[in-house]
Amino acid sequence: MRDLLITNARLLDPASGLDGPGALLVRDGVIADLGPGLTAPEGAEVLDAAGCCLAPGLVDLRANVGEPGSEHRESIASAAAAAAAGGITTLCVLPDTDPALDDPALLSFMVRRGEATGSVSLLPYGAATAGCAGKELAEFGLLREAGAIAFTDGAKAIGNARTMRLALSYARAFGAFVVQHPEEPTLAAGGAATEGELATRLGLPAIPPAAEAMMVARDIALARITGGHVHFAHVSTIAALDLIRAAKAEGLQVTADTAPPYFDLNETAIGDYRTYAKLSPPLRTEADRQAIVAALKDGTLDAIASDHQPRDADDKRLPFAQAEAGGAGLATLLGVTLARVHGGDLTMLEALALLTCKPAALLGLPVGRLAKGAPADLVLFHPDRGWKVEAGKLPGKAQNSPFDGRALEGRVFGTWKAGRRVFPA
Amino acid sequence: MSYPSKHLLAIEGLEPPHIADLLDLAESYALLNRSGKTQRDLLKGRTLINLFFEDSTRTRTSFELAGKRLGADVINMSVSTSSVNKGETLLDTASTLNAMQCDLLVIRHAQSGAPALLSQKVDAAVINAGDGTHEHPTQALLDALTIRRHKGSLQGLVVAICGDIAHSRVARSNIHLLTTMGSRVRVVGPPTLIPADAARLGVEVFHDMKAGLKDADVVMMLRLQRERMSGGLVPSAREFFRFYGLDAEKLAVAKPDSIVMHPGPMNRGVEIDSAIADHPTRSVIGEQVEMGVACRMAVLDVLARRLPRNR
Repeated sequence: MRDLLITNARLLDPASGLDGPGALLVRDGVIADLGPGLTAPEGAEVLDAAGCCLAPGLVDLRANVGEPGSEHRESIASAAAAAAAGGITTLCVLPDTDPALDDPALLSFMVRRGEATGSVSLLPYGAATAGCAGKELAEFGLLREAGAIAFTDGAKAIGNARTMRLALSYARAFGAFVVQHPEEPTLAAGGAATEGELATRLGLPAIPPAAEAMMVARDIALARITGGHVHFAHVSTIAALDLIRAAKAEGLQVTADTAPPYFDLNETAIGDYRTYAKLSPPLRTEADRQAIVAALKDGTLDAIASDHQPRDADDKRLPFAQAEAGGAGLATLLGVTLARVHGGDLTMLEALALLTCKPAALLGLPVGRLAKGAPADLVLFHPDRGWKVEAGKLPGKAQNSPFDGRALEGRVFGTWKAGRRVFPA
Repeated sequence: MSYPSKHLLAIEGLEPPHIADLLDLAESYALLNRSGKTQRDLLKGRTLINLFFEDSTRTRTSFELAGKRLGADVINMSVSTSSVNKGETLLDTASTLNAMQCDLLVIRHAQSGAPALLSQKVDAAVINAGDGTHEHPTQALLDALTIRRHKGSLQGLVVAICGDIAHSRVARSNIHLLTTMGSRVRVVGPPTLIPADAARLGVEVFHDMKAGLKDADVVMMLRLQRERMSGGLVPSAREFFRFYGLDAEKLAVAKPDSIVMHPGPMNRGVEIDSAIADHPTRSVIGEQVEMGVACRMAVLDVLARRLPRNR
């Protein structure tokens, strides 16, 4: 492969705090050099970035890619295309598929299918329990050897306290953490919206927001007695954030992420029974949304994940309570996060850290940074160039974006995986 | 102020003049119905389809009668609940109805928002005849007309709505209509049957029935569905009747000329004592049914005016 020099860029590396003009040299799939005043080696391809931002490729902590079992909604190939268009070069995929990723052979198969795309590192989670059914623990050791980055039952909460205790305890032997969907399942059963005035007016079965906090409180207590590492997915309420903040201050191994809908939208997005805004957990109040923004700033939250959940039209064109929860998120991850930069809530480097080096550190991966010797996983974007999210025109198969109709600033012009340009393909 | 929409999906969002106009028109239909000169040809050549995904005798018959009295061709489609758990049926049904060139579509469905979804897909004017735990707008109109005929006006009246508020579309529509028209609405029931943030709907919440009924002008009882007991929201029917069933003793604290209402069908001995349900002067339950036909005629009339002349 020819050397590639990307010149005239705004280099952004949240890990080192770099934000300045310069160039970046890619050789043999890794970052060979970067900084101001680089000149192109003999025979190198030169790309003029025209002042656009050059940052590490995004590390998405959580997505469902439809395979195996829901290929009509999304496939690894279509998700990889959407990820590349969204600047994502590392994609962690959930195991609550059909069948569940509770078998080492299946897990290795997923890894190989990801490699075959050539555009994204596909890193599967292992199921925390057999079949993601919440009963017997899965084979953490064998799954870890096959490439499992961590263990979770995906969109299903591990409801049984003893099972969660065992998972947190046993995962320590293999240096892995356990990801919880924090929602008390008996309180949440059948719910379609956050309990409160809006759900009452719409006549929708509702989930009390305390269902999240009580699961977070329980699992923090279990982390304390096991010494295990619990990670809370898509945290969405004030009360849960307060508990996580306190647990971190106590020094427990507790981490957490959120997803763009929870800092960009509030529950009013479901008005008129808009099923594209039906998510799990459900959208919350405006006060919760603001608290999520604050927690992104103060470090209570460690990452922003796309929470990509592909659904097709038949899943969504139903009465609200019957429609499936979940939103497509790969193509909008960067743009919606940058809206918080444009809104003045986060600096550019703070926002990018939540999408790159912080999730990479959580997973112990060498990606997510612009550094000599690091893999040349890169995204080139214009922070102010506008575009409109339009369901039906998004990259990939899944079109169920909760941001349908939203105008965003921040457009991806190029994505590179290990030095190879994967977007535009 | 003319009615603002192609459909009638909810009371929430209607302004006082819209409601007053509908009630005035319904009142005139009530008088006409009593005079016996009922047959009119206002809806001649129009097709009205009653699409009921939930069992209902009273509401369906009421719409059927209203449509026929206005000269419409009325068709009843009862879709058995077993075959419609998949929502594709709802939108498949929509395309079927479009092909049939239906003008007015009356829908009852177990899911909140189902009529709103259907209204986006069909050409017909859609009337919500009850959706899940959301709204039942024509019930609220007929209740309001019944109250107005007895009390003259809705302004300033104290109305106590009692029972399972949380799961009641009748309660929601009545709360929206009565608060919009200036009534003081109380909701009375055990905390497990009062929805979250009920006070934000502009009502006063009572868990003690006598306190809630004190000096009320109108006592509106709701049906307690059997599954609420199996779901653990209420321990037993006898306990419910003891604390929240309407009997003479509890009714005695309301105003002496207060009226008693029930949307039907009643669970006698659960939410209402037979002696009260059949009381010759206090119970207006029979009149509610009569006003139901008049109100539905008014709604069909108003929506038909907005339909294209021919299709």
